[in-house]
Amino acid sequence: MYTQALNARDAVAQPLSAEETAKSAAFQARVDDEQRIEPNDWMPEAYRRTLVRQISQHAHSEIVGMLPEGNWITRAPSLKRKAALLAKVQDEGGHGLYLYAAAETLGVSREEVVDQLLSGKAKYSSIFNYPTLTWADIGAIGWLVDGAAIMNQIPLCRCSYGPYARAMIRICKEESFHQRQGYEIMLTLSAGTAEQKALAQDALNRWWWPCLMMFGPPDGESQHSDASTRWKIKRFSNDQLRQKFVDATVPQAHFLGLTPPDPELAFDEASGHWRFGEIDWEEFRQVLAGNGPCNRDRLRVRRKAHADGAWVREAALAFAEKRRARKADAEKQAA
Amino acid sequence: MPTTSITLSETPLVGTVLRRADDALVLGHRLSEWCGHAPMLEEDIALANVALDLIGQARTLYAYAGEIEGSGHDEDALAFLRDSRQYRNLLLVEQPNGDFAETIVRQFLYAAFADPYWRAMTASTDPRLAEIAAKAEKESAYHLRHAAEWLIRLGDGTQESHHRAAGALEALWIYTGELFEVDAMERAVVETGAAVDPASLRATWDATVDAVLGEATLTRPAGLGVQTGGRSGRHTEHLGHLLAEMQSLPRTYPGATW
Repeated sequence: MYTQALNARDAVAQPLSAEETAKSAAFQARVDDEQRIEPNDWMPEAYRRTLVRQISQHAHSEIVGMLPEGNWITRAPSLKRKAALLAKVQDEGGHGLYLYAAAETLGVSREEVVDQLLSGKAKYSSIFNYPTLTWADIGAIGWLVDGAAIMNQIPLCRCSYGPYARAMIRICKEESFHQRQGYEIMLTLSAGTAEQKALAQDALNRWWWPCLMMFGPPDGESQHSDASTRWKIKRFSNDQLRQKFVDATVPQAHFLGLTPPDPELAFDEASGHWRFGEIDWEEFRQVLAGNGPCNRDRLRVRRKAHADGAWVREAALAFAEKRRARKADAEKQAA
Repeated sequence: MPTTSITLSETPLVGTVLRRADDALVLGHRLSEWCGHAPMLEEDIALANVALDLIGQARTLYAYAGEIEGSGHDEDALAFLRDSRQYRNLLLVEQPNGDFAETIVRQFLYAAFADPYWRAMTASTDPRLAEIAAKAEKESAYHLRHAAEWLIRLGDGTQESHHRAAGALEALWIYTGELFEVDAMERAVVETGAAVDPASLRATWDATVDAVLGEATLTRPAGLGVQTGGRSGRHTEHLGHLLAEMQSLPRTYPGATW
């Protein structure tokens, strides 16, 4: 799921040589012409760095995102829901896998970027630092979090970097399936008993604002947008995407008979948009700074899985090496 | 839907089908616990795949058991509204995941049985069971290959992985005898040709186990394990916790549809 405009700062760009300036102009001309940049093509170092950061953050978000939903696999209330949720979380693992592969085309290894996640250096989407407290959260995540992710990701299918764009096409197909599944859980709850409907409203109350934060800081404060826009990595601003999400989602909430937790939410006839209240950006900064409800738990769980699995990965490597050596011996004897 | 446990009219065929359904669900549930916590991303995905196959097998088996039982119990009633004394799965499959070696050994010992079981069941005189077996057979062949490849890697990997695999084998071996158990109830179904006699699969299982353990440089424990009881609802302490977690929502919200 879940690319997010995060507020990390790039190193100051170094002045370019004449040759690099020419290459850079040719590169920009290709991007402007909507041509795809492929791994072996020349690219500005800052473009490569931006992509590595964005793609690996996106991959980390998929992997960390497995945890809040995974929290309900063993408690899914029917066998059908259990299978669907397990398959969804499995899809997220798959997304992580091919996003790490896309990052590898830019010259970074999976181990390298995973280490950055585990050391706390790399970011992942802020949304996964919120807890899943009831079954309705599984519906709300599918509906809202995947819905927000799709808004962010559809434009990435046309991203200038070929491997990322192609990965996103496949990911978006699966995400829209997940989103419909989530909405269907919310529909079932909303049409259910009074208790179930209350669970659905409570989940919307808790996930609404964090989902609006997923689009990143307001346009005036976003630090990557200019270069990313020029490079056609980013095609819409944070605020544009956020508005699009609100416009699509409010009628869906009303159809469910639920109310988004924003007293200022109102339809503006003149613009055709839903106007919403002030986002608590201090909460967003706190979550990004590591002080969200689950930041520590999420990283602790990832680190534990990595540490507990070390002996398995070592065994697999040792065995592969033994097998290679035996094969070489056998060939030597046969010769 | 009441939240107290359901009562079943357990004919021999219903009981036999439920045993297989419970094996598949309980093991699928255990494997699903790994999702997000596996030693590598590829295994998060692979173990989830196996879990999904098993949960799928359980669903078709429960649906059929519900039909032949004839009291209107659907797959969810059978999965969520029976308590541990009514569950009929093997003790082996309810054992906790432990470390990756324990999970792989448990999976291997079961798959080495389930694979020939479903293959033989494709010749069941009960057309529904033959149909279910045709699908399960393909899945279990992959499950066996996956578990066997890992067991060989772990056994013949590092000293530590060998040690862990050997420990897991020793610990779980006590549950192997139950795989081949046949009581009077199941015997009646075997005699109709609807089910396969589990005892008849012993030689195939032995051959698979010996070959894989040999390649894994692991020593096979002597004889077969003697701990049984799962088929008649006498479980280890672990199953109650698994069911308490799994069944919590349907039991907390009576009458709700999810």
